[in-house]
Amino acid sequence: MAEHMAEQLLQSRYRGRRRRNAVATVLALAATGIGLGWLVLILGELLWQGFSGLSLAVFTEMTPPPGAAGGLLNPIFGSLILTVLAVIIGTPIGILAGTYMAEYGRHDVLTTVVRFINDILLSAPSIVVGLFIYEIMVAPMGHFSGLAGGVALAVLVIPVVVRTTEDMLTLVPNALREAATSIGLPRSLTITRICYRAARAGMLTGVLLAVARISGETAPLLFTSLNNQFWSTNLNAPISSLPVVIFQFALSPYKDWQALAWTGALIITMAVLALSITARALVATGKQS
Amino acid sequence: MDSSRSQSVADIAIRERDLIAPAAGSRARVLDRLRLGDAAFRQLTRAAAIGVLVLLSAVIISLIRGSIPALKTFGFGFLVSERWNPVTEIFGALPAVYGTVITSFIAMLFAVPIGLMIAFFLTELCPKWLRRPIGIAIELLAGIPSIIYGIWGLFVFAPFLQETLQPFLIGTLGNAPLIGPLFGGPPYGIGMLTAGLILAIMVLPFITSISRDVFEAVPAVLKEAAYGLGCTTWEVTRNVVLPYARVGVIGGIMLALGRALGETMAVTFVIGNAHRISASILAPGTTISATIANEFTEAVGDLYTSALIALGLILFVITFIVLAIARYLLLRIERRIG
Repeated sequence: MAEHMAEQLLQSRYRGRRRRNAVATVLALAATGIGLGWLVLILGELLWQGFSGLSLAVFTEMTPPPGAAGGLLNPIFGSLILTVLAVIIGTPIGILAGTYMAEYGRHDVLTTVVRFINDILLSAPSIVVGLFIYEIMVAPMGHFSGLAGGVALAVLVIPVVVRTTEDMLTLVPNALREAATSIGLPRSLTITRICYRAARAGMLTGVLLAVARISGETAPLLFTSLNNQFWSTNLNAPISSLPVVIFQFALSPYKDWQALAWTGALIITMAVLALSITARALVATGKQS
Repeated sequence: MDSSRSQSVADIAIRERDLIAPAAGSRARVLDRLRLGDAAFRQLTRAAAIGVLVLLSAVIISLIRGSIPALKTFGFGFLVSERWNPVTEIFGALPAVYGTVITSFIAMLFAVPIGLMIAFFLTELCPKWLRRPIGIAIELLAGIPSIIYGIWGLFVFAPFLQETLQPFLIGTLGNAPLIGPLFGGPPYGIGMLTAGLILAIMVLPFITSISRDVFEAVPAVLKEAAYGLGCTTWEVTRNVVLPYARVGVIGGIMLALGRALGETMAVTFVIGNAHRISASILAPGTTISATIANEFTEAVGDLYTSALIALGLILFVITFIVLAIARYLLLRIERRIG
């Protein structure tokens, strides 16, 4: 009798544990469903709204005044200019800093500190970067400018490039460096001719990721490059950019502007996704070779 | 190894060998030049590395300098005052700080359990071939620019909440004792809850991908031992994997929190930009970043601008502390794994 009861107790305990496991499994499935569901919902809506406004005019015409039809030519062009500017300013600094951390001072205190600070810069709020550039460039110069916008984005490029450069150079096998040194190659040439070549794909990935990161950034541009309703190539004057135009148009009451905002959002998202997929592919090929 | 590299290496080797015999003087000159170039390159990279530190200090210094007028005028009261009136030039940071904290709290409330459960699914339950595609899809969520979340939140999510979830919450929980005021007022659509939920979606990938990585780093022996004792999948995760990966998971959560606190565009679209502290989480509010984004270009007068920069300084200090803790924790687990 007692044995029978003990057996029953055990059985019910087993059942309870199995039930808890089943509940957890269902919850995990549900959570994954929620995560993937959001992605589908957001991308679906974006494709739907964005494509319905997509036409050739988007790429050939300027931003319209309220209530008229038009395109996004000047903000697309402005965004390209700002991105190129940011990459030109940010990449060399990032690569050089990453080089020091991986090649010269791998075990330095300086490297540890820079790595820590760099990781914080990597996720620091981008609007603060906008305030910073406003303080050091826009306020002294007395006006908003494309140059200030480019520098603001460059501040966001630097940490990404530093991080990937350091990581990729650390992965370069020491045998390559030793071989180069043994034939009398100075350290700087070993780095620029041998290590950079070996880590090329990874370092390029870093730059692509940085471009992906900044191409959707709005906050740091709001009060640096501001916006410009017209075609402008002057870096010393306010310049239009896609994210800022989306921000302005989406919050406007005009239907035409809102439609253009969706189309602009679609263009940015596609560009960012294409960049991250390319970066992934690059990493994959780099690992194989 | 491509041909151009080996050529350039060989070139230098040959040149040096040729230099030995004819003139010791010119050889010394070449070597000197190389040594000089070497030292110059080293110093250049070092300067760039120090530049990163200078950058951070410059951000802090410029924010402090910019916020001095506001801090001088309002003193410590700036932090605790609830008033924000550009016309009379009286500014207080409390509503924005309150909104920032509450929206981030709502975001973490949803993102932490969901993110951890996805990581649990990916490491223990998911068939091998599905892991990578689902992992990449979740990480794509992190790649979508925040302004896209903003525009989606404004046009799709907020109206949806206004018609469904919010009336439901007001009708049920709104009448409950104690927590009733949290869900009071009319359904605006935009507001703190909406902003918090959007933030939850945005930071979800950070929590998932970091927890997945630390879950996978748990030694297989530990898990196998637990399975050998007859533990269920959930019990292994709950009692073996989670305690072992605790530090890393907390690091990931702090990292996500840092993002949520500083996120600007997604919040600006759906928060409603109202400088007040409401009991109801359905009411419009504001956050530090949304206030800056909405008002900075329109701010007239030095005091107004300075007050906004002071807000930026507060935000930077808060996120700096949160991110520093996150990095410290992640560094600790990296050392243990590495």
